[in-house]
Amino acid sequence: MEPFFSKTTQVAKARLLKMHFNANAGHVGGNLSCLDGMLVLFHHIFKEGDRFVLSKGHSAGALYSTLWSLGKLSDDQLATFCKDDSKLPGHPSGTGIPGLMFPTGSLGHGPSLSAGLALAAKKQKSGRNVYCLCSDGEWQEGSCWEALIFSVHHNLDNLTILIDQNKLQGFGTTDQVISCGDLQPRLSAFGANVLSCDGHDHDAILRALESATNRPKIILLNTVKGRGTLYENKMESHYLPLTLENYEFSMAQIQKEGAL
Amino acid sequence: MRKAFAKAMVEAASDPNLFFFTVDVGFMALEEVREAFGDRFVNAGVAEQNLIGVSAGMAKEGYKVFSYSIAPFLYARPFEQIRNDICFSKLPVCLVGNGGGYAYGHMGPTHHALEDCAAMSALGVRVLVPAFDEDLGEIIKDFAGPAYLRLGYDARPAGSPVPSYSPWRKVLDGQNGLLVALGPLAGVAMAALADFEFEKRPAVWAVCEMGEGVVPPEFWEKVRGANLYLFEEHMAEGGLGMQLAYSFLKKGIQPARFLHRHALGYPSGTYGSQEYHRKQCGLDRESIRNLFLNTP
Repeated sequence: MEPFFSKTTQVAKARLLKMHFNANAGHVGGNLSCLDGMLVLFHHIFKEGDRFVLSKGHSAGALYSTLWSLGKLSDDQLATFCKDDSKLPGHPSGTGIPGLMFPTGSLGHGPSLSAGLALAAKKQKSGRNVYCLCSDGEWQEGSCWEALIFSVHHNLDNLTILIDQNKLQGFGTTDQVISCGDLQPRLSAFGANVLSCDGHDHDAILRALESATNRPKIILLNTVKGRGTLYENKMESHYLPLTLENYEFSMAQIQKEGAL
Repeated sequence: MRKAFAKAMVEAASDPNLFFFTVDVGFMALEEVREAFGDRFVNAGVAEQNLIGVSAGMAKEGYKVFSYSIAPFLYARPFEQIRNDICFSKLPVCLVGNGGGYAYGHMGPTHHALEDCAAMSALGVRVLVPAFDEDLGEIIKDFAGPAYLRLGYDARPAGSPVPSYSPWRKVLDGQNGLLVALGPLAGVAMAALADFEFEKRPAVWAVCEMGEGVVPPEFWEKVRGANLYLFEEHMAEGGLGMQLAYSFLKKGIQPARFLHRHALGYPSGTYGSQEYHRKQCGLDRESIRNLFLNTP
């Protein structure tokens, strides 16, 4: 991927950190782990009319930052993140944000909503594609598997589900809490076209998104929670906001990469 | 009433904007609906949470969706999907719950729907409880947001005419107070009281939609200072009786008497037919007759 996009990514990441620090908002780790995937999707794949569902609603900050990087949200709007009288709460409300279709935040809803959107797109012969971003822990929800069965049965090849596989959830690692083992064969066994890639490698993400499919596609993004912060790959990055020390450290990491 | 519902759906099927989803329920009832809707009829399998999410996705893209199941499986299992996916966005999805109240009788308590109207009302869902078969055609004609349609059995005496559909309507006149019945219990009341003298029976009102906004002004006028008898096959909590009592307080209306009969759950710890459970709750025909035989 061209250097320009690396700079876009770093600027968006810095904006995400600033937004979370100013709001003293948590869920920083899960936002950082999925930001690369979301940026590649929206900057390089997403076309007008396509649909996106943020099933892991706790990564609202990554979505807002991505929309900001596209010029669809302003600095003034981001300044209201997690404040009173805001359209940008910590989990998306589903209203007042361009392209955001549903309120999310309770896990396990996005795949079914996306399946409905994808089925409608097929019935309407619209050519629309539907993208859904889940967390890995989210696949402990039975409703995700209900949606997958439905999507495969109806051959929703216009549906792509990205799973942010950072392997940390609210109170332990995904293996410690309630292990699904290796998700790839399990998802494949349900009939999905399952791909896996480094979730921070833009070229790899792009290749996975662009690959042809005749079935619902699932991309496992292997990611690092809280990447580039002091609580990288630590449980603390799930809920805790950024301390000043952590914020300054994280911003300095980005500056070292020369983007700011 | 399920057959009447199917007939109404078949008549509506020519609208290409309608979709019909079931969760593998409807054998020997929905076959004609399936045929009429063609590829707009989807059996989504035994997966109620997914049913609601998919229905919401379809509705978001401009379709009007009927989502059908046995009532408790539809409103209780996927309650959060109804709340988050449908209600927050006010999407046009009509949840069709077959077997309101104790209608599934011998099938046991998991199949009964006794708190559905309260649960759906709390979410702002429009709650529709048809009393008679011919109500279905009118009820499904138009819905613009979340709706819950509770199906039961038309219980009126065979061949009895009823006024054309209205959310609240007087279906039997009388002078001994007002009897308000939710949905099919209006038919039970008609059967119980039809042979009473005019002076000794109450006026029977059939209520087919919850919510204060659909109550006709005539009712508020007549209930002031009158004896009110309220029957619903639903728990008291959040049901028609409590909702109406709240309205009375707000409006400063005081009936002379407020007798409320409602579902009691399973007070004896035993189970049976719909009629058996109605009798335990004083909601059956004989109990209603006895009430007015003994009411001066």
